[in-house]
Amino acid sequence: MNAMRGSLGALAAAALLAGCASGVKLNETPVETRTPVAADANAGAGAGAGGAPQSQVTTVSVDPNAAAANAPRVVYFDFDSFVVKDEYRPVVEAQAKRLNADKSKRVSIEGHTDERGGREYNLALGQKRAEAVARSMSLLGVNAAQIEPVSFGEERPAVQGSDEGAWAKNRRAEIKDR
Amino acid sequence: MPAKAGASWQDRIVLWQSFVERRQARCLACLESAAFGCLPPFMTTPDALSRPHWRRRAVLAALGAAAGAPALAQFRVEISGVGATQIPIAIARFRDEKLGGQPISEIVRADLERSGLFRAIEAPGVLDEGSLPVMSEWKGRNVDALALGSVSRLADGRFDVRHKLWDVVKGEDLGGQAYAVPSADLRLAAHRVADAIYEKLTGEKGVFSTRIAYVTRAAGRYTLRVTDADGEGGQVALASPEPIISPAWSPNGRELAYVSFETQKAVVWVQDISSGARRKVADFRGSNSAPAWSPDGGQLAVTLSREGGSQLHVMDRGGGNVRRLTSSSAIDTEPVFSPDGRQIYFVSDRGGSPQVYRMAASGGSPERVTFNGGYNISPAISPDGRSMAYITRQGGAFKLMVMDLASGDVRALTDTSDDESPSFAPNGRLIIYATRSGGRDVLMTTTLDGRIKTRLLSSGLDVREPVWGPFGR
Repeated sequence: MNAMRGSLGALAAAALLAGCASGVKLNETPVETRTPVAADANAGAGAGAGGAPQSQVTTVSVDPNAAAANAPRVVYFDFDSFVVKDEYRPVVEAQAKRLNADKSKRVSIEGHTDERGGREYNLALGQKRAEAVARSMSLLGVNAAQIEPVSFGEERPAVQGSDEGAWAKNRRAEIKDR
Repeated sequence: MPAKAGASWQDRIVLWQSFVERRQARCLACLESAAFGCLPPFMTTPDALSRPHWRRRAVLAALGAAAGAPALAQFRVEISGVGATQIPIAIARFRDEKLGGQPISEIVRADLERSGLFRAIEAPGVLDEGSLPVMSEWKGRNVDALALGSVSRLADGRFDVRHKLWDVVKGEDLGGQAYAVPSADLRLAAHRVADAIYEKLTGEKGVFSTRIAYVTRAAGRYTLRVTDADGEGGQVALASPEPIISPAWSPNGRELAYVSFETQKAVVWVQDISSGARRKVADFRGSNSAPAWSPDGGQLAVTLSREGGSQLHVMDRGGGNVRRLTSSSAIDTEPVFSPDGRQIYFVSDRGGSPQVYRMAASGGSPERVTFNGGYNISPAISPDGRSMAYITRQGGAFKLMVMDLASGDVRALTDTSDDESPSFAPNGRLIIYATRSGGRDVLMTTTLDGRIKTRLLSSGLDVREPVWGPFGR
């Protein structure tokens, strides 16, 4: 019954169009026969010979950790300091949550300084910043094996410039997936 | 061209102008005769240089004279300051210099002038080491010493570079040398001639045939370069898209240790300069940096963070047998061995701010060495163990200082404010360092009294982290 209605519908449509189309003879219009086809693969066990249930809805759950994966991953520091300020706690917490949810995930925490001062001393200062963030994450239960704190010192500024605006953006620790 | 004491600045202008004109004429003459580079070193009195418009003129004159010079000489020498006594020396064009394609006499002249102890006098005429100079003629030119030489080609394709030195005042033959070298070592032969002259006339070993290494950065690429001590003849030891820091020469001059970030963290490598063969010596958890060779070349001190923080360790030159030397909760870094190998100087902020300390090379309780100022880093010890060069922060400026280790007396050496990375020449007479000038990173040398400085002018690259190689290439 459905199949017939489907073809009549097609004929009706073809008839409507015939006036503008170039001579397609009605009795030559092919009749389509529709047979039930299996529902798409997601229907799973319910497909069977009778087809997927019409009311099937498959749930997609957005990964609650996906938001954390896109969360900010940078902690900024005051001059000569390696203290993780309160305003960056949410960054640390979000990343810790990600790592706790998946014990196979590994990150590098890359510490940086602004350009002022000696290169080796700045490398060590950047290391302290990376380790401060790592420590904060350990306190939230993250395995040490999932984190490697490293430093770029002053060698990889995020922003070029020799003013406090640039310097403030370079004093940072970045959490990078491995 | 040092002006007489009491000369007015107008007198100095006249002296300077005629000096520049003669230099330019000479440069044009040399361009006409062969495809040599002209290396016109410019000397001025400190007072003249202190007037900004004269500094600009000096640089413009240098650039003008050099404008036509071919790319052979990419470094120009700019010397400021005048030493107490300078030996007036004439270095004649070496006979057949053109054969090898290197301006031997020009290299010798620039070397000797750069030391600050010599003043080059014009030496016209065609002479060689076999000539018998007429002393009265040279005395008439106010020359105290005269160097003559020649270059000839040997049957095996090498070049024979010969020179002889004359004491004009006494009319005495001071002897000479002959060096047989392949064409790639012609610059080295010229530097050896300069060393021989320097030693004969000052009684001290010259450093002209030593090498320096430094890092360049341009357009996001980094290189570690090895050049002659005059900055010329540069070759690239390492090219990388990631930063390179803290190069350190092995005591035998054959290897360089350095820190590379090519694996996205600081790792210490050791590389054979001649073959390019390299090995990682420290790649532990966290950052690995600040390599320093023991004087016998058998060990490296390094800064490791594998147990947290930045702490000094020592290891065999192959990277094995790692032993921890410091146990503080502070930053301990920048180790450097004393020349007798018995002590290690290093930087620590265990007292609240970075200062230089010293301890036995086997580890043990450190004693503090720097007390002036709240930020002292980058120690370098002179070859005789008596002086230490380092960087101090004063206000926002970073300045090169030298300390007499026995008395603790400290002296500033520069009037620039962004100094970094001092390193002693192996004869202990000069310090090379990096600083910022005209918006660029540049390399400078200075005498230990700070009076004579030279600038190694590069071809526009930012240059940093210079280290002076040992004797005996």
